Amino acid sequence: MSKYKVNLKINNIPISVDEGTTILQAAKMLNFNIPTLCNHPDLCVAGNCRVCVVEQKGSRTLPAACAVPVSEGMEIQTNSMQVRAARKHIIELLLSEHNSDCTKCYKNGNCELQDLANEYRTSNNLFIDLMKSTKMDISSPSIVKDDTKCIRCQRCVRTCAELQNVNALAVVNKGHLMKISTFLNKPLNEVVCTNCGQCVNRCPTGALVEKNYIDEVWSAIYNPEKFVVVQTAPAVRAALGENLGFDIGTRVTGKMVSALKRMGFDKVLDTDFTADLTIMEEGTELLTRLKKALVDGEKVALPMMTSCSPGWIKFQEHLFPELLENLSTCKSPQQMFGALAKTYYAEKINKNPQEMVVVSVMPCTAKKFECDRPEMRSSGYKDVDYVLTTRELGMMIKQAGIDFTKLEEEKYDSVLGESTGAAVIFGATGGVMEAAIRTAYEIVTGREIPFVNLNVTPVRGMEGIKAASVKIKDVKPEWAFLEGVELNVAIAHGLVNAKQLMTQVKEGKANYHFIEVMACPGGCLGGGGQPIPTNMEIRKKRAEAIYQEDENMYLRKSHENPEVNDIYKEFLGEPLGHKSHDLLHTHYKARKRY
Amino acid sequence: MEKKLLKKVDLIFEKCNCLNIIDKVLQRSGDDIILDIIDSGLKGRGGAGFPTGLKWKFAKNEEADQKYIVCNADEGEPGTFKDREILDRVPEKIFAGMAVCAKAIEATKGYIYLRGEYNFLLPALNEKLTVFNQAMKDRKFEFSIEMRSGSGAYVCGEETALLESMEGKRGEPRNKPPFPVAQGYLGKPTSINNVETLVFALAIMNIGPEKFKEFGTMDSRGSKVFSISGDTPKGGIYELELGMTIEDFVNEFGDGDTKAIQVGGASGFCVPRKHFKDTIIGFEGIPTGGSMMLFNSSRSMYNVLQDYLEFFEEESCGQCTPCRVGCQQLLKGILAVKRGEKPPAYLEELKKLSQTMKIASKCGLGQSVANPFNSIVNNFREEIIY
Amino acid sequence: MTKIETFVKEQANKYGKSRKSLMPILQEIVQKERFLSEEAMIAVAKELDLSTAEVYGTASFYTFLDTVPKGENIIRVCKTIACHMKGKDEIIEAIENTLNIKLGETTSDKKFSLLQANCLGWCHKGPVMLINDKVYPEITASKAIEIVEEYSNKN
Repeated sequence: MSKYKVNLKINNIPISVDEGTTILQAAKMLNFNIPTLCNHPDLCVAGNCRVCVVEQKGSRTLPAACAVPVSEGMEIQTNSMQVRAARKHIIELLLSEHNSDCTKCYKNGNCELQDLANEYRTSNNLFIDLMKSTKMDISSPSIVKDDTKCIRCQRCVRTCAELQNVNALAVVNKGHLMKISTFLNKPLNEVVCTNCGQCVNRCPTGALVEKNYIDEVWSAIYNPEKFVVVQTAPAVRAALGENLGFDIGTRVTGKMVSALKRMGFDKVLDTDFTADLTIMEEGTELLTRLKKALVDGEKVALPMMTSCSPGWIKFQEHLFPELLENLSTCKSPQQMFGALAKTYYAEKINKNPQEMVVVSVMPCTAKKFECDRPEMRSSGYKDVDYVLTTRELGMMIKQAGIDFTKLEEEKYDSVLGESTGAAVIFGATGGVMEAAIRTAYEIVTGREIPFVNLNVTPVRGMEGIKAASVKIKDVKPEWAFLEGVELNVAIAHGLVNAKQLMTQVKEGKANYHFIEVMACPGGCLGGGGQPIPTNMEIRKKRAEAIYQEDENMYLRKSHENPEVNDIYKEFLGEPLGHKSHDLLHTHYKARKRY
Repeated sequence: MEKKLLKKVDLIFEKCNCLNIIDKVLQRSGDDIILDIIDSGLKGRGGAGFPTGLKWKFAKNEEADQKYIVCNADEGEPGTFKDREILDRVPEKIFAGMAVCAKAIEATKGYIYLRGEYNFLLPALNEKLTVFNQAMKDRKFEFSIEMRSGSGAYVCGEETALLESMEGKRGEPRNKPPFPVAQGYLGKPTSINNVETLVFALAIMNIGPEKFKEFGTMDSRGSKVFSISGDTPKGGIYELELGMTIEDFVNEFGDGDTKAIQVGGASGFCVPRKHFKDTIIGFEGIPTGGSMMLFNSSRSMYNVLQDYLEFFEEESCGQCTPCRVGCQQLLKGILAVKRGEKPPAYLEELKKLSQTMKIASKCGLGQSVANPFNSIVNNFREEIIY
Repeated sequence: MTKIETFVKEQANKYGKSRKSLMPILQEIVQKERFLSEEAMIAVAKELDLSTAEVYGTASFYTFLDTVPKGENIIRVCKTIACHMKGKDEIIEAIENTLNIKLGETTSDKKFSLLQANCLGWCHKGPVMLINDKVYPEITASKAIEIVEEYSNKN
């Protein structure tokens, strides 16, 4: 904290704030909102949209409140006639470049430019229409880019650079030709884009949105020949409420299940089930790798890295192909679910998998790409047919006319519906690691992990890279090789942190056994498919909700999930067994970085 | 208002022994040098006119392990070509001016950012720099200069855009504060000075601030190199004392039929004949980076304005809304008025828009488009409409 | 390694591999090849550990860093006010007719590209054109044709 205080007046009200505070922040402290577009709390200051200009006594020009720090004696007006006139002009200018056909826009009703236009009552087309008709980029299975809606605020570019360090998007050209584009204006599916959707989360307009599969899913639901099952990812239940009238951080699991049933899905099942299964497979895989390394002296790829996050997987395929061996071969819970739904489950409920449609509700845009991967057809069919984001589900619930807030809570169908607290925390950064530790420690030692209430706090929290170690003592005889071993783990979320960690690994500077990486800041709860807006505050509240959900569960450890134990007995045999290998594991391929 | 008569001066191109001046300067303290520059009243000659001594003082007061001096030779203002002439004829004086600044602010490294259009000057400049850098080494003065080139982007003449470009990025102006004197090239304190300013700084070291102050007026000390073009029989480079009236100037350089003069290039002001008498060239009147373009009665001021707006529409960096979209609207707007698609009253809307651009744009480029727009539209409204 | 990769590597070694070397390296490539090919930009991205979009985004900001193929000689006629007043349109027309191309195009033998440029800084000696780095002030239509023909007769 800065120790110097700066005194200033905003709209004639004196205030004393820390040095370095921006005018925008200081105004907020006095409950004056200044409109912004290019500004985003997760990103560095840009100061380019100019919507936040304010009047400063003695200044010839209007400073941008987001970019200018307060100074002693400053006198600011946030809503003077001059400010209002300039702001209105700026909004009008943006609108003149913008495809303002709002009723046809996917973001209609959730658009920052629309809100501002509304607030400033820009009803007459003051300026000449400058919109350039450009083709939408629909090449990506995850993200649609429509330049006619772009206001060039560069939030997406900063997201791709600062949070993800992927830099698939860049500002190109200058002057009136300036736009947001890719290398040589290639389509998104031909560049290093990881489909993480973080740009979508931060786009103030409809220029970057998810590719939606709403109509396809409704068609499937209303097709009498199809048996449509839906799975919901852990993080969805901690955020869906935001789109449907609940406060941030409200858990809506039961209502969501109820809504899905009312929408007409034939079965409502839970990705949490396969999250538990992932722990069994991935935990065994880790222990096997450790055994090979420590006992057999075999050369195995360590540290092992999690593989649940498809944005992270594609990142690794592009940027660190030399570390692909380190990735766990486990499919993500979504794809494990799909593969089992159209085999084990189909058999159980006596359905022809050909007639089945598997829909996922995910906090993620990259999952849309993942389900299209050619490897993801282990059942003989496309294992997961459609992926909806949390936002799409929210929209569909509204379309169905369901009064979400008033719904009774219902339970998931069985089988593939049972889960533990270990699965739900997959939705937060560090969650997979915590779940794995809860199970692996107990398998190896026969004792519960020595943390109060099973909460492995060192792996929790929003720090970019977390590291922890677990000393393994008094092991069961069959795990003697692990006696006294200090298991070192690390967790990264946000690809900028992943990149940093991977660079350490590549340089041999990271002495970890197991690494969890999630592509999105905060983990899946901050995923590219989650409700907009997002910021640290929101992500923390969603994380709290997820950990509450965990604590409220009767079962907290994946290996205690009875359905998981059943599926091994009835169908899979054992973790890493033959059937698991066929259905639950996959491989990766190196992709072009440039 | 204090006025001066038109007088030719020769401080910039006059031959002098640069190394002797440097030797004298190296004996002096930074504060002492800066006091002289402040005393001289020298203001930046690139157009913005920030007091040079103050800039150096700010840079000197910063504590840093590394400081830079950057010579802004990205002269791109339409109608301006004086820096090219200086770079061509007296480059050693620029180097020496940079050395003066380096000594004053404790910089050890200098760069000259030369616009790409002037690449033909590079071989000679590099050759002379080798000699200069060696001379500094011989004096055990830790300072050397390197060339950097632009690649065709007018906005890089804006000092923070220039720094971005030097750092290998798009030349998009930064938010200020922080100013370059605090966080400039690679985040280090950096003094960015125009070519001509640096040569004047050297001249002040040579002749002393008192002598320098004999030229010009209270607000506009010294002389200035003017780039004179357009409808004039005497186009070229002239060093003139600041403070003359436009009338004086036109009498000397006009073709007898001057109807308007654009002072300060595309981003400057258009002065119509009726204001020649009462307009002073200098900071108390119309400041200029040196461009003086004369138009006679055969010229359409509509064409002139259209030309300028086309220039800005292309050369805006594009990042901030008022400038990127505003330039396009002004251009399309006057076209629409000319074609009768918009009523003449639409010009009033456009003038208001230009006012918004002036106060709300991120950098000087967008802020100054209102200058030519308003001064041409106000004074030649008929020509714009019909 | 391809020729351009080798060249880029040499430049990166000469200027250094940090971001601040990007402009000089791109300028060297353009000096040699007259434009930045996809392959060249990829090579630069690799050497400087940047994304290709960053390289392209930066290059496309600068008028002189072309990313589409250009002829061996690039003619840039100044189009800004003073040169406009002094007849740059006639110059362009004369060159268009001589080379049988339109403004913005490249001759089929890849010898010339004809472009306009914003103020080249020779307002008192307009019209002016730049061929590669060389300046030709105070040209007339016939002089421009003469100069262009000189270039086409070279080698």
